[in-house]
Amino acid sequence: MTGTEMAFDRTTLWLVIVGLAVGSYALRFAFIGLVGNRAMPAWLMRHLRYTAVAIIPALVAPLVVWPAPTDGAPSLIHFAAAALTFAVAVFSKNVLLAMVTGACSLWTLMYLFG
Amino acid sequence: MTISTAKSAFWKGVRDSAPFVLVSGPFGLLFGVLAAEAGLNVLEAMSFSLAVFAGSAQFTALQLMQEHTPTLIVLISALAVNLRVAMYSASLTPYLGDAPLWQRACAAYLTVDQAYALSMIEFERRAEWGTRERMAYFFGTNGLVAPAWMAATITGALVGASIPDSLGLDFVLPIAFLAMIGPMLRTPAHVVACFTACAVSLPATLMPYNLGLIIAGIAGMMAGAQAEVWFERKSAAAEAEQ
Repeated sequence: MTGTEMAFDRTTLWLVIVGLAVGSYALRFAFIGLVGNRAMPAWLMRHLRYTAVAIIPALVAPLVVWPAPTDGAPSLIHFAAAALTFAVAVFSKNVLLAMVTGACSLWTLMYLFG
Repeated sequence: MTISTAKSAFWKGVRDSAPFVLVSGPFGLLFGVLAAEAGLNVLEAMSFSLAVFAGSAQFTALQLMQEHTPTLIVLISALAVNLRVAMYSASLTPYLGDAPLWQRACAAYLTVDQAYALSMIEFERRAEWGTRERMAYFFGTNGLVAPAWMAATITGALVGASIPDSLGLDFVLPIAFLAMIGPMLRTPAHVVACFTACAVSLPATLMPYNLGLIIAGIAGMMAGAQAEVWFERKSAAAEAEQ
């Protein structure tokens, strides 16, 4: 994708910006501002705990298996870079280190085999 | 309590959060660059970061918009990624719930990962602090990080358009997401949630409008919650046997 063409129009973009701003503020204000000290039902809290750790992998798994740069054709280079990033992230628990490792391995692999 | 202890609590928050600039800086920069690559101008990228102020939700929205996902699904998915801040908000309430409404309204905007994590540690440690000092500390944890996040987004948006396509930036976002998952896998139940969501997400891509993402997310959440109950029962049973 080039910097000049957009896959979405400006109305959509601003709808998303405003919708997310309102929505994520509401999520943050909901308890501290409105609910006060009342306890939440345990089953709800139990599900909320796993939202991010479910949604983000669900988003990323198809992007790794069918990478955008190859128009969806499975690619060993991208899979290897992704696997290395994940391994570093899991064992070091260091987001920044994992990102740098992943990006450097991607560029090295692209340079060698791309 | 006096003004001076609130002031020192604020500066302690600033100092404690300083290392997090090293995380939010590069993330803001990356968001700016990817936003520019996606066609957003500097003003749009800046408004995005300022208005939403939630890194992972912003990345999610940016990715999904580029896949021509219907706006409603973009919003639901990105907000789902950010649902954890509702939990933060709930667990901060016992400490900050007494503050004036305007302060709580500001605190709500600033409820992000590092502010929450640092504050919970400090609030538990400092029983002598009143709501005033706690609020000051909480604001302090954003004193550096929030400006750094904004400045980095703007910088990224400015340089982003001049980065050549050959760098393969369209795969940097998946890499950033993968890096974020690592620290989230704190318990076996989190691991179950993660891999269930992955397994469901692949066949679910056949569904229209990226609906599969939401289905896979819900499947992961339910699996995580069930696994938590199961692991708790198992450890309770093991303790009972001893």
